[in-house]
Amino acid sequence: MHGRPRKAASKPEASAAKALKLRSVQSQFMSNHHRKIYTQEAIQLSAKLLAINPEAYTAWNYRKLAVEDNLSRIDDSDPSLVNSILNEELEVVAIALRRNLKSYGAWYHRKWVLSKGHSSLEKELQLLNKYQKLDLRNFHAWNYRRFVLELTKTPQQDELHYTTDMINDVSFSNYSAWHNRSELLSSLVAKKADGFMPKETIRRELDYVHNAIFTDEDDQSAWFYYLWLLDQTVKMETPLRTSSWPSDGSIIILSGPGCFNGSSSSSKFTTFCSESGSFPLILYFDQAVSGVSSSTVTIDSELQGNQDLVWEPVSDKNSQLSCVWVARLKFDSAEPCFRKENKVKVSLGKSQGIVSSRGCYLSAPYEFVFTVHIHDTVGEPQEGIVLWTDGFDNWDAQSKDLNSLITSDQLNADTGFEWRKQAIKIEIECFRDLHDSKFGKLILARLLMAEETMISDDAVKGVHYNEILQLYKDLMALNSSHDQYYKDEHSVALLHKVTSSTESLSRRLFLYRNMNNIVCLRLNNLTLSRIAAVEKFLFVQMLDLSHNELHSAEGLEAMQLLCCLNLCHNRIRSFSALDSLRHLKQLRVLDVSHNDMGGKHPVDTTRYLCSRPLSNSAEIGRQVPCKYWDAYLVLRDLKKLKQLDIIRGNDLIAGEEFSSFVRQVLPKLVWLDGHKLAS
Amino acid sequence: MIDIPPYPPLDPSNYDLIIVGTGVSESVLAAAASSSGSSVLHLDPNPFYGSHFASLSLPDLTSFLHSNSFSSPPPPSSPPLPPSNNHDFISVDLVNRSLYSSVEISSFESEILEEHSRRFNVDLCGPRVVFCADESINLMLKSGANNYVEFKSIDASFVGDSSGELRNVPDSRAAIFKDKSLTLLEKNQLMKFFKLVQSHLASSTENDDTTTVKISEEDMESPFVDFLTKMRLPPKIKSIILYAIAMLDYDQDNMETCRHLLKTKEGIDRMALYIISMGRFSNALGALIYPIYGQGELPQAFCRRAAVKGCIYVLRMPITALLLDKETGGYKGVRLASGQEIFSQKLILDPCVTVGLESLSSLTDQQNETLSVLVPKALINKEKVSRGICVIRGSVKADVSNALIVYPPKSLFPEQLTAIRVMQLGSGLAVCPADMHVLYLSTLCDNDDQGIKSLLSAMSNLIRLPDPENHQSDSVVENDTCEAKPILLWRALYVQELVKGEYGGTISSMPSPDGNLNYNEIVESALKLYEQLMGSEELFKEETSVENTTEENDGGVDIED
Repeated sequence: MHGRPRKAASKPEASAAKALKLRSVQSQFMSNHHRKIYTQEAIQLSAKLLAINPEAYTAWNYRKLAVEDNLSRIDDSDPSLVNSILNEELEVVAIALRRNLKSYGAWYHRKWVLSKGHSSLEKELQLLNKYQKLDLRNFHAWNYRRFVLELTKTPQQDELHYTTDMINDVSFSNYSAWHNRSELLSSLVAKKADGFMPKETIRRELDYVHNAIFTDEDDQSAWFYYLWLLDQTVKMETPLRTSSWPSDGSIIILSGPGCFNGSSSSSKFTTFCSESGSFPLILYFDQAVSGVSSSTVTIDSELQGNQDLVWEPVSDKNSQLSCVWVARLKFDSAEPCFRKENKVKVSLGKSQGIVSSRGCYLSAPYEFVFTVHIHDTVGEPQEGIVLWTDGFDNWDAQSKDLNSLITSDQLNADTGFEWRKQAIKIEIECFRDLHDSKFGKLILARLLMAEETMISDDAVKGVHYNEILQLYKDLMALNSSHDQYYKDEHSVALLHKVTSSTESLSRRLFLYRNMNNIVCLRLNNLTLSRIAAVEKFLFVQMLDLSHNELHSAEGLEAMQLLCCLNLCHNRIRSFSALDSLRHLKQLRVLDVSHNDMGGKHPVDTTRYLCSRPLSNSAEIGRQVPCKYWDAYLVLRDLKKLKQLDIIRGNDLIAGEEFSSFVRQVLPKLVWLDGHKLAS
Repeated sequence: MIDIPPYPPLDPSNYDLIIVGTGVSESVLAAAASSSGSSVLHLDPNPFYGSHFASLSLPDLTSFLHSNSFSSPPPPSSPPLPPSNNHDFISVDLVNRSLYSSVEISSFESEILEEHSRRFNVDLCGPRVVFCADESINLMLKSGANNYVEFKSIDASFVGDSSGELRNVPDSRAAIFKDKSLTLLEKNQLMKFFKLVQSHLASSTENDDTTTVKISEEDMESPFVDFLTKMRLPPKIKSIILYAIAMLDYDQDNMETCRHLLKTKEGIDRMALYIISMGRFSNALGALIYPIYGQGELPQAFCRRAAVKGCIYVLRMPITALLLDKETGGYKGVRLASGQEIFSQKLILDPCVTVGLESLSSLTDQQNETLSVLVPKALINKEKVSRGICVIRGSVKADVSNALIVYPPKSLFPEQLTAIRVMQLGSGLAVCPADMHVLYLSTLCDNDDQGIKSLLSAMSNLIRLPDPENHQSDSVVENDTCEAKPILLWRALYVQELVKGEYGGTISSMPSPDGNLNYNEIVESALKLYEQLMGSEELFKEETSVENTTEENDGGVDIED
């Protein structure tokens, strides 16, 4: 069935004759069906049709009606009569399956007959064994098998043995058998069946599938199963808060709009200027969670008016599941608490409610404390243009300020942490032997990444990154057709490497003189194609990602403090790739010049998935030219934007029309592509 | 010798070809020659088909080995008659050459064996199997001889060593996957090597050298063992490939004792045979199959084929003398033991038939030349094959009935120069009674002692040799340790000479059974002789299986294309 060439079609004359015959049977059948004729003769005709064409859905449905009709006429108390009717159906299915083993209608009809209470399940299993021999990977047969076993209440352990036999004795290139195995094991582990604790089960299965992988490293079925196992090993069950802003023990300085006067002392702390009298509180989890609310997260602080905080998920998808949650805490610079230290205590998980998509609750209650200084503002807000070229001061490498900015990870309290760590260690040793295969390299890189996230000892943290980066470089050379994927993974690893220690991160941190000495992270010229490790630099307010290979701004949505962002000289093709910027309410400076926007790729396929141009066009109204609807969707939320570089280096219609559109959407805009706009 | 019953004279008395002996090569030739229209008379001095390839009952085997061995007294030859001068030709008396030596047969449970004695079909030339992709199978299909034989699969093949443990030979993707003794890395290396060989074979058959990997010419000419080293295969895997898949005899790592250093080219061919055999017949379990009722069925099948095509068969009929033309010294015919003189164009003889040296002295040069192939040569290397047959109760491996076991060189003891092959066959193949198995062992050797020593070493590794002293007072402790080992009921040990076939124009001599596991070299030499005898006449041209017998036999292997 697999990898075998199709037989050549029969001669045209013969097939024409066949078609003629089929058509006449079909029209007769349809007339019976419409007139609801369920005589023996009419039923025979439908059987004839199905024997020729098992894909005739209407005929299957007709037979169901006919069975119902017949059953209603006979004496229910005589089981032999019922059985004879149902047996006939099974026979018709068997004939149809002989013609096409993968006929959906036929398999479904069989299920339907069985659900009528026909009970010769033994016979069903025999039939299945026959079909599964004919085609090992006939997923219809495997599906049906699961259905029958459900009815027979066969112990799942027995079925597990069956898959082992199929894999051992017939062939291990059997996706269906491996898949069935993963289904059975998931269920057995979930039921906590005897001998199926996650730790032992996964170790046993990993050892088993190694045999297949090492025997034939090009066999995909084994790899699929392995990836499933790896997922089970690496993914912690209980969600974990990995970072926050402000971080535990940190001191932040808040001020109102305008120029904060105190540049000498500010370098030690994060300063945050807010026009609205509030600042964001960001929680970052290692997996998407829901249920973050004022009842699950309690705030204890002297700042007024923060009792019923509204927590919002920060995600592109319209869902209540997100890794990043943000709430806005109010403060008032005019209050008498001015220049006073305000301690804020945040407690998570005191009452259960924060839950992962897998249904696991946040492990243990956790709390952190930060201090807020509120300063008044002196002078007017700066109106100068941000040029990204100068005005940067090196971060004082000696300063220990960074430690207070970077949160240390919360210890993982997952019950399986130790065995998972152990299992990954064994896997790494194992796959070092398969280093000359491309799958081996990829798995090794993934395993090393997984181990890296589990290392809690600062001394050895980051020890794997150079190896991981080299592996992805090798893979790019080895398998250029998947180049982009490896490049993305390389970027992820590189960003994790950069942020793995305060030392390496501080080398890329600067203070921007012209804007209150805010912290600027410069990740330019790193050939990054994807953004990652954002949780490590939530405190950053100015981010330089220019001269990379980014094709999307995805991931930046978590950076709620960000006010200046440089994405020039990247590979962003469309406005929808900038969609995540919508969440950055503080953004004042944005440079997306020199990308491919509106250029060679006018049709952005992602648009069909997320945005609906037509429904939005009404909202835009008459004033906004319809052709900029995608730009509008991103820009409309960037209310504070003062400086935008967009036209240069992009194939946009650089004209009065576009700039007037931009000014209309962004009323606060002062600089457009380096030109000061007339107010 | 056998008493010759009164026999009616044969009619006609003139043939294209007379063949003496019904071994595999003689029978293939008989079938081929009669199928191409030649008139053939096929004789055998024995009362059974197969000569040295026969499968016999235990008493028949015993008497055959004794009567054909050096230790037996020379047959009472009637005083050589003076070359008769009453015709136009002279007659030269023939002598039987003994192929076997050091024959030692012992029975430990005579009563049981006697009771079942006729239920044994024991091969003289064991251990021997057929690879599914063997030339012999092709020949059977081509000739139609496959209609007379039924095969079953050899269930498993193992590699053994002095520890007594038998490890599965990982000879396929599934077997490598399931193997428990190889490390993951070894599995990877072995499978990669298989893939390389397969890819090389694919590239050489399809002539498409664009994508597939091919082994370089230089590597193909290098020793196979060096190539395996170059491919970074560990010693354990090298040993499996060399001795359990390529079925080599001599230690390829020891240049001093290795008589036959295999080239990569040949090694790849041997692996190809194995690999292609694995998948040839859908109902065969592995690469190897064995004929039900024993190897003797194979020559018999060809003989039947020959008989269908008009070949005349006479068993129990030795020939006593050759008839040569008085003038030219050329071959004329033979004198049968019945006294009748039969004439033919050409003559093919069993390897046992030779001319006595004393009769040669009185002949002319021309006559000597005619008989040259029958003169025993001083052998350059005294290579022999020692064989052993054991009847055992129980099996050497639980749950396995028919199995091949290979002991690579040096695996049993340091001085072991050649691989020892052991084959166990069970009652499913109709070779022995139900609860027993027959074990065949063989190894190449230079002298009898060396060969017998190797066989005994392998036997003690696999089976319990009955100890008459300890037999009554069985100590419980000892029984515990060797409980799993089957017990020996009957044993035959013998050493067989390796005689090469020779083409001599009118008179040709056929080879003795060789030391290999299959028939490839034997069949090859028979086909070569056919070509020399018949010219470029196509082999079995009309036989392309017209009859199509598709009998469903459980466990049997249908060898049909």
